[in-house]
Amino acid sequence: MDDKGDDDSKKVDEKKRRFLTAATTVVGGIGVVGAATPFVASWMPSAKAQAAGAPVKVDLSKLEPGQRITVDWRGKPVWIIRRTQEALSKLDEAKDKLRDPHSKASLQPDYTQNKHRSIKPEYLVLVGLCTHLGCVPTYQPNLGELGPDWKGGFFCPCHGSTFDLAGRVFEGVPAPINLEVPPYRFIDDNTLVVGEHHETEKA
Amino acid sequence: MEKLLGWIDDRFPLSKMFKEHLSEYYAPKNFNFWYFFGSLAILVLVNQLVTGIWLAMFYTPSAAGAFSSVEYIMRDVHYGWVLRYLHSTGASFFFIVIYLHMFRALLYGSYKKPRELLWIFGMCLFVLLMAEAFMGYLLPWGQMSYWGAQVIISLFGAIPKVGPHLVEFLRGDYTVSGATLNRFYALHVIAIPLMMLFMVLIHILALHHVGSNNPDGVEIKKNKGADGKPVDGIPFHPYYTVKDIFGVAVFLFIFCFVVFFKPEMGGYFLEHANFLPANPLSTPAHIAPVWYFTPFYAMLRAVPNKLAGVLIMGAAIVVMFFLPWLDKSPVKSIRYRGYATKVMLALFTISFLILAYLGAESVTPGRTIAARICTLMYFAFFLLMPIYTKLEKTKPEPTRVTS
Amino acid sequence: MKRLLSVLLCLCLPLAAVAGGGSHYPLMHMRPDFHDKASLQRGAKLYMNYCAGCHSLQYMRYNRMGRDIGIVDAKGKVAKQVIEKNLIFTGAKVFEPLTIAMDGSDAREWFGVTPPDLSLMARVRGVNWLYTYLLSFYQDTSKQFGTNNALFPDVAMPNVLLNLQGAYKPIFKEVTINVGGKPKVIKEIARLKMVSHGQMDSPAFHQAVYDLVNFLSYVGEPMKATRQCIGYWVLGFLIIFIILSYLLKKAYWKDVK
Repeated sequence: MDDKGDDDSKKVDEKKRRFLTAATTVVGGIGVVGAATPFVASWMPSAKAQAAGAPVKVDLSKLEPGQRITVDWRGKPVWIIRRTQEALSKLDEAKDKLRDPHSKASLQPDYTQNKHRSIKPEYLVLVGLCTHLGCVPTYQPNLGELGPDWKGGFFCPCHGSTFDLAGRVFEGVPAPINLEVPPYRFIDDNTLVVGEHHETEKA
Repeated sequence: MEKLLGWIDDRFPLSKMFKEHLSEYYAPKNFNFWYFFGSLAILVLVNQLVTGIWLAMFYTPSAAGAFSSVEYIMRDVHYGWVLRYLHSTGASFFFIVIYLHMFRALLYGSYKKPRELLWIFGMCLFVLLMAEAFMGYLLPWGQMSYWGAQVIISLFGAIPKVGPHLVEFLRGDYTVSGATLNRFYALHVIAIPLMMLFMVLIHILALHHVGSNNPDGVEIKKNKGADGKPVDGIPFHPYYTVKDIFGVAVFLFIFCFVVFFKPEMGGYFLEHANFLPANPLSTPAHIAPVWYFTPFYAMLRAVPNKLAGVLIMGAAIVVMFFLPWLDKSPVKSIRYRGYATKVMLALFTISFLILAYLGAESVTPGRTIAARICTLMYFAFFLLMPIYTKLEKTKPEPTRVTS
Repeated sequence: MKRLLSVLLCLCLPLAAVAGGGSHYPLMHMRPDFHDKASLQRGAKLYMNYCAGCHSLQYMRYNRMGRDIGIVDAKGKVAKQVIEKNLIFTGAKVFEPLTIAMDGSDAREWFGVTPPDLSLMARVRGVNWLYTYLLSFYQDTSKQFGTNNALFPDVAMPNVLLNLQGAYKPIFKEVTINVGGKPKVIKEIARLKMVSHGQMDSPAFHQAVYDLVNFLSYVGEPMKATRQCIGYWVLGFLIIFIILSYLLKKAYWKDVK
């Protein structure tokens, strides 16, 4: 366009051109963003994936104290552990060795941000994936299983992260935060639903 | 910014390429409506590539899963229906744009010297496009996909001796099956698109080497000013870029209208029977190819002999490759040609449209006769061209383009 | 190879343009309205009660259907309990597609054919065909289930809406057709006449069939309402873009003589 700019006989309204170029670019840019939306949105979990990742009902009637069951929720292992009274009483003992004892930086629904990290103290529900790089930790519930101080918890075989029986991470291991607690609620005393939120009093 | 550009230019001819192909590529200033379709073809190609890549993320290329996966895309994937309709509508629009692009070449003699190779590269692209569309149409694995593929592959069975074996070889089975689907899928998503991209590149390189033709058929390179630039030329950028942006905007309006309001286009873009899953045991009562193949399909049906029908259909496409040498006219553009060419081109266009209509309809004796007449007309346009273009009286071509 | 040749041969023979039964029974017209949520809900209810025993909608999820046809609670969320109570008779979960319990081979034994999935039937046949089809059943004691269809002669499906519709008998007319160059007189159904009343009167039954077909039309393309809604925005946007790009083009082309 500049090669004609020096020609005075041709009156080119440079200002108008610049304005229209800018306007078209902006509107075109909006169009491109709009056009990109379906392409980006299509990567989100589809209705099929959502259906497959629907809430899971778990029957707790056969779960004995100290036992663990694993269910598949959204393709992830979810553990339900019925803790013994003994284990619960020991949760406070190693508090000073934990990185995030009050679960301030960790992922859990509000109604489980307490000492036991659960709705009912007895039942612990955790997503069984290490918060470091997503391996599945092993369940080591017995005293002294991993050394003299071990009070029961989880051990990740990939990079050695350790967690206590509330899924809280110990200091000095690679995992940054406590094991995640998924949303869940109790339908009755013996039935639990993973994937639906517990209704708090106000709701 | 300038520094960065300098850094790149030292290592890669970015500015040079920009100048050569855009800001200092001189195009005739008298382009009209017909000259939008080249850039529109690139737009549709990009649309097909991008939506195609996305569809491939959700599609299952297997006889058991293909049909369901298309409905999965349509219903379960977020905005999957937009992607699918953009792709299916894009296929039809690709042919609309390409047919108009080719018609432009017929109007203004754009295939004539020195653009013979440009035309041949374009014809190769047209053949690739047909192969791409045909293979893509099998993928939804509906009744029309299945029986369309069945019929077209069976055409190769007309070849004496090797025909039956060739058909089995192409299908990879004794009937169209998952094996056929898988090879068509691989060819549709990788092989042919790669070849098309390569051909588009050399089509454009050839164009920029010889320069664009124009509605007057005047070679603007023959008439250069003191600065060495064609006096009838204007730099492609910014003049034709802004003009093409306007063309793109209008095109997108029509395109999006179809995508969002008429995606089936009354059964022509998405055929009704293709919403039934493929069933190898039952052929739909009325099967017709998608509209863009119907002219050639009508020629096939017009011939009462299987082998001859296939040959005629093939010849209808092959003959177009020879167009640059069939045309003996001293002028390029329809504007300066005699009545004979004008009448023949009009008859050719009408025959082509009638054939397109007939190919989509069921056969009746009357329609068969009409299809035969139109097929004759189609070939007469090409085969008689050396005679009528030589004999007719032409008007003198101007030295400068007219506005 | 022989079959392929016969396929090709068939293509070269004159074919009846009408799909299905090859009947010349005229189509009635209906215009689906996917904004009429009440109609869609009535159609869904009819479908679950009269069709879903044999015909699945394998690509339609209950929760999506609930959201689209307006079975929602005060907050606009899908009313799961309402759907579970009123529309799901199979024990399916609300986010699952609408499948049926009937086994395909059992069905073939009972009806001679497997009842097709109807997810896409409105797109295959068209709404007018479905509407006419459902209104074209008549009594025919020569058939297994005692009913026949004027639009789709000898169809395997019985008239499941008989109780609602009442019984009809055909009125024939004589037409002359050309068979191999010779005229031949055959009997064709001209119209159907009511012989006994059903639970619904004629307008109510037509409305019920309308609702059912309207619902099937929705099921065929559940995103249709969204599609058109987005479409208006896209076209509106493009009009602005067309105007701007035209002005831009004009501004640049001012100096092209």
